[in-house]
Amino acid sequence: MEGLLSLFVKSVFIENMALTFFLGMCTFIAISKKIETAIGLGIAVVIVQAITMPVNNLILNVFLKENVLIQGVDLRFLGLISYIAVIAAIVQVLEMAMDKFAPALHQALGIFLPLITVNCAILGGTLFMVERDYTFTESVVYGFGSGFSWMLAIIILAGVRERLKYSDVPQGLQGLGIIFITVGLMSLGFMSFSGIQL
Amino acid sequence: MNTETRKVLLGPLFDNNPITLQILGICSALAVTSSMNTALLMSLSLTLVTAFSNMFISTVRNHTPSSIRIIVQMTIIASLVIVVDQLLRAYAFDTSKRLSVFVGLIITNCIVMGRAEAFAMQNPPGISFLDGIGNGLGYSLILMSVAFVRELLGAGSLFGVQIIPLLKDGGWYVPNGLLLLPPSAFFLIGILIWVVRTKKPEQLEVAEFKIHEPAKGEYH
Repeated sequence: MEGLLSLFVKSVFIENMALTFFLGMCTFIAISKKIETAIGLGIAVVIVQAITMPVNNLILNVFLKENVLIQGVDLRFLGLISYIAVIAAIVQVLEMAMDKFAPALHQALGIFLPLITVNCAILGGTLFMVERDYTFTESVVYGFGSGFSWMLAIIILAGVRERLKYSDVPQGLQGLGIIFITVGLMSLGFMSFSGIQL
Repeated sequence: MNTETRKVLLGPLFDNNPITLQILGICSALAVTSSMNTALLMSLSLTLVTAFSNMFISTVRNHTPSSIRIIVQMTIIASLVIVVDQLLRAYAFDTSKRLSVFVGLIITNCIVMGRAEAFAMQNPPGISFLDGIGNGLGYSLILMSVAFVRELLGAGSLFGVQIIPLLKDGGWYVPNGLLLLPPSAFFLIGILIWVVRTKKPEQLEVAEFKIHEPAKGEYH
């Protein structure tokens, strides 16, 4: 239990998906203009991440690892294509299920769901899970934690950007340039967590 | 080379760069730039994947129903990335270990998907291939210049070869550790965008709000 808690803290603060590994940067920068949309996208990422990570863990352990499906065959080279297919399928199913059972939520999050398939934080999380050989329980915790870390980062950035609108930025730096520098400073702030030993 | 080909191939280098203007594919651009070796390998892989995925997607563009086009594109891209991944593991094992998950993440790199969707779906295979190469080169250019600064000032070396003698080896240069840390990549790309946009004013973004100049004698 203690191990799981420290895994969660580690995945949220020390190994923040967006600020330490730069995953999901494209959507991170494109959709952080307003806090409300940032929260919506953040929640969608947490949900998808928390579902896909354990499913991909099962796929890895039941089908792809050496000797599990057919004796003497290692199917791990098929990993990439199966993970991305699982992610795309889950996002699609989630979108349909949301539309049917929670139309209000679908209204709010619907436009973000297709974007999530190509969010590298999702696939990246799965690949880290494979690389570090997490167990099923660990993958549930890591999935939730890493999704949460991404949400945290995008909400902070959106908050900063709402203020940034009214500030006097040098002309060439306006827009994209200043956002990069802001994210750099945020990332520098998160570096201070890296000294924590768990 | 006629003008259109030249535009497709060389346009993405400065005028329409995927990273500084189109905001695509930034994730990996930041994480693999702490040394020139990894950056070079990453640029090569991405250029190849973009070029070939563009070519194949454009070849089947008239046979793909638009409702399932994303999944078709994904399958083609993922297969190409698997090929690249296996090749890297076979011939450049050490560097591929250091790139870790980022080779796999080429699948979700927006440059590949973006070009497939924006260019390859409307154009014949030959020119799509060139567009892929062009955008790959635009990406490589940014990656290599960021990696150049980071490795030179952060470790005093280029491609792992010592260029500036470090203080601890009896030289004079004290390396700047910050440049090896992740945040420096953000600063460098931010500054790079600043430079590009100062040179090319048509890429400037319009501010949403103008700062009001206080009139003379106005009280605050």
